[in-house]
Amino acid sequence: MIVADRKKIPEIRDMVKDHNRVLVVGCGTCVTVCLAGGERETGIIGSALRMSLKLAGRESVVVHECTIERQCEDAFIDVLSQRVGDYDAVLSLGCGAGVQALAERFPKTAVYPGLNTQFMGILESQGVWAEKCAGCGNCRLGQYFGICPITRCSKRQLNGPCGSSRNGKCEVSDETDCAWQLIYDRAKSLDKVSMLESLAVPQDWSTSNDGGARKVVREDQCIAGMGPKA
Amino acid sequence: MTRQPVILAFCCHYCAYAAADMAGSMRLQYPSNVRVLRFPCTGKIEENYLLAAFEKGVDGVLVAGCLEGGCHFLEGNLRARKRIQRVKQILAEIGIEPERLEMFNLSSAEGPRFAEIVKEMNDRVAPLGASPLRTSETRMENGIAEMAVQAEKAVQGGN
Repeated sequence: MIVADRKKIPEIRDMVKDHNRVLVVGCGTCVTVCLAGGERETGIIGSALRMSLKLAGRESVVVHECTIERQCEDAFIDVLSQRVGDYDAVLSLGCGAGVQALAERFPKTAVYPGLNTQFMGILESQGVWAEKCAGCGNCRLGQYFGICPITRCSKRQLNGPCGSSRNGKCEVSDETDCAWQLIYDRAKSLDKVSMLESLAVPQDWSTSNDGGARKVVREDQCIAGMGPKA
Repeated sequence: MTRQPVILAFCCHYCAYAAADMAGSMRLQYPSNVRVLRFPCTGKIEENYLLAAFEKGVDGVLVAGCLEGGCHFLEGNLRARKRIQRVKQILAEIGIEPERLEMFNLSSAEGPRFAEIVKEMNDRVAPLGASPLRTSETRMENGIAEMAVQAEKAVQGGN
């Protein structure tokens, strides 16, 4: 899932303080699961924002809240189409994709981010989320026994480990696991350590953030006249 | 502050609420400006309930749960303590003194302790002055009444 955390209230307040009516929009998908922008957090941020605006002398700003199922898909944004016209700003508690989807859908309404989108990751333990995928577009997890050196090695080394792996931890921080220690341990448990003896070829970064935003197109799923935008 | 601060006490049914009852039975004196809301457990208290209290204009909020290790639902009071820390952080961001919110632990047999807690909170909040978020007494009183109804519904097994 996409993991995010909320911006500080003063930053949010300063973004929206010159508007008259603000709709705080939560998202019921990834950011609900990572407890950053679901229905509950939308209520918390809406309440905190109203109080903060009042203390800043902007009590007249109306702040309302609602949560939709998914902000990153136009069909789910439909439910907002009647409502957004009553507001001059939307504070999105979706990830960066959600914010941009709302901005695209409502060209005459200011759209602001209420969260800082962090990464694609997993719930490591209750209340702790960890980054697992960099979305590089050229997955080599098979080669590394299910542990991604691009995301989890601080140096993104494809041929590791480096000389600074100590007791399973990275030199960057005692709290950061050495990805290469994890790769080695896993190779050992699968009895495939010998596979690590061959040199890994450099990553093809052309599939990553090279040449602007990427698209995935499935022609068989495209509807005539509604294909990918130019 | 010329008048006494208005303090909301979010009380667990199994301890603080019973302690408050005992304080009353014992004819103990404590500041009369505290309004008691009964919850089935402090673990039921969501962060937005606490923020809603401040938004409605109350001057202080105390959350009173069971002694640590003695929660009827095992760890509701421990969760409440963490949530309160988070709400304190949000209050600080907003510009409200985090000291206006505090968590206390006591058992159902501690009527005198309940009276002490209320006095302690009153002494702490009074010097901070009235909440800058108060717009009208009526709005605040209506808000408190509404929250009391919601809390009581939770005790009765609703939402």
